[in-house]
Amino acid sequence: MDLVNLFIKAVFVENLALTFFLGMCTFLAVSKKIGTALGLGIAVVVVQSLTIPINNLIYQFLIKDRALAWAGLPEISLDFLGLITYISVIAAVVQVLEMFLDRYVPSLYNSLGIFLPLITVNCAILGGCLFMVERDYNFSESVTYGVASGVGWALAIVAMAGVREKLKYSDIPEGLQGLGVTFITAGLMALGFMAFSGIQL
Amino acid sequence: MSYQHKKIIFEPIVDNNPVILQVLGICSALAVTSKLSTTITMCIALTVVTAFSNAAISLVRNHTPSSIRIIVQMTIISSLVIVTDQFIKAYAFSISKDLSVFVGLIITNCIVMGRAEAYAMKHPPFPSFLDGLGNGLGYSALLMVVGVIRELFGSGSLFGYPILPLDRDGGWYVPNGLLLLPPSAFFLIGMIIWVVRSWKPAQVEQPEYKIYHAPRPEVAS
Repeated sequence: MDLVNLFIKAVFVENLALTFFLGMCTFLAVSKKIGTALGLGIAVVVVQSLTIPINNLIYQFLIKDRALAWAGLPEISLDFLGLITYISVIAAVVQVLEMFLDRYVPSLYNSLGIFLPLITVNCAILGGCLFMVERDYNFSESVTYGVASGVGWALAIVAMAGVREKLKYSDIPEGLQGLGVTFITAGLMALGFMAFSGIQL
Repeated sequence: MSYQHKKIIFEPIVDNNPVILQVLGICSALAVTSKLSTTITMCIALTVVTAFSNAAISLVRNHTPSSIRIIVQMTIISSLVIVTDQFIKAYAFSISKDLSVFVGLIITNCIVMGRAEAYAMKHPPFPSFLDGLGNGLGYSALLMVVGVIRELFGSGSLFGYPILPLDRDGGWYVPNGLLLLPPSAFFLIGMIIWVVRSWKPAQVEQPEYKIYHAPRPEVAS
């Protein structure tokens, strides 16, 4: 039940894109068409649900304060190496996933291929890992959180793309065209998502 | 300092602002601006990281094979961010608690990567350093504007010192709670973009479709 609660919370209440503004650069740049937005969303879900549990294991057994006790080195803390480790894991997972898809699932590779390199520098992925560390999730929680935060991000970008496809036909003041109105739309969507705050199962 | 160098520093502040025009580094621009003290810490951290990472990446640019350049850049940037993060934790612990994960997220801040790719890989170290400094300042300028508006009108204070006497303490100002909530940052940046683009019309994006006003058919009465 706690995990279901965590899932709902990570998808709606603490939506990475609309509450913490993570992955905004890609969120604003790749949300022009629903098709591409969906492709990117799926890629984020896959990468997020792989990297967060992997980083969780690394954090629990190597990096955390006093985590090396199992190796007989209880007084060593490697937590200053956290950031560089997480980002390397993310880059490596993305690279491996790219090669794996290219070899075994070429059709999926062709549709997701261009988005995968973008994901390494997507703050939603690193942000998810850092939140996992900050909140000290255990392994099963980190799996749930990984999937849920990815789903939440994908949901937000697809909804945004839907709005922007309709927005093309509207008459917008000159200076606001393009980026400006996208920001204001995102703000209104964020207000909508705030309605979920406080929900608990 | 020559004219050329001045141009590298000052151009990104208004004419080619990284946030407004290049759409880079928006994530942290929104999340840290509800208080001015966190905003300014974030601005300094980002400017320092961008300037030094640009200089370092430019130093090794002729020895980096292009196939592994992203990893090299990532390593340099994350080492610098680790140093900055430890520094903030050591000297401003409460601010580092407020910033939570956002200092770490400088690694994936597109401004740092974007400038490394677009400028530092092609230019010598000193101009690259200045370019990083300029883009960091451009980012800081926008963040400071948003931060001042949000803290002044959202809680009536600047840096935590009361400026507008609040209603609940017997003053006259009723704070606008919306400005402390995350969505207000979106509205503010949208408005700033509108103002800057009305001032400098060259930055306006052309719409994909023009609305065509069909000539009204003559109706014989």
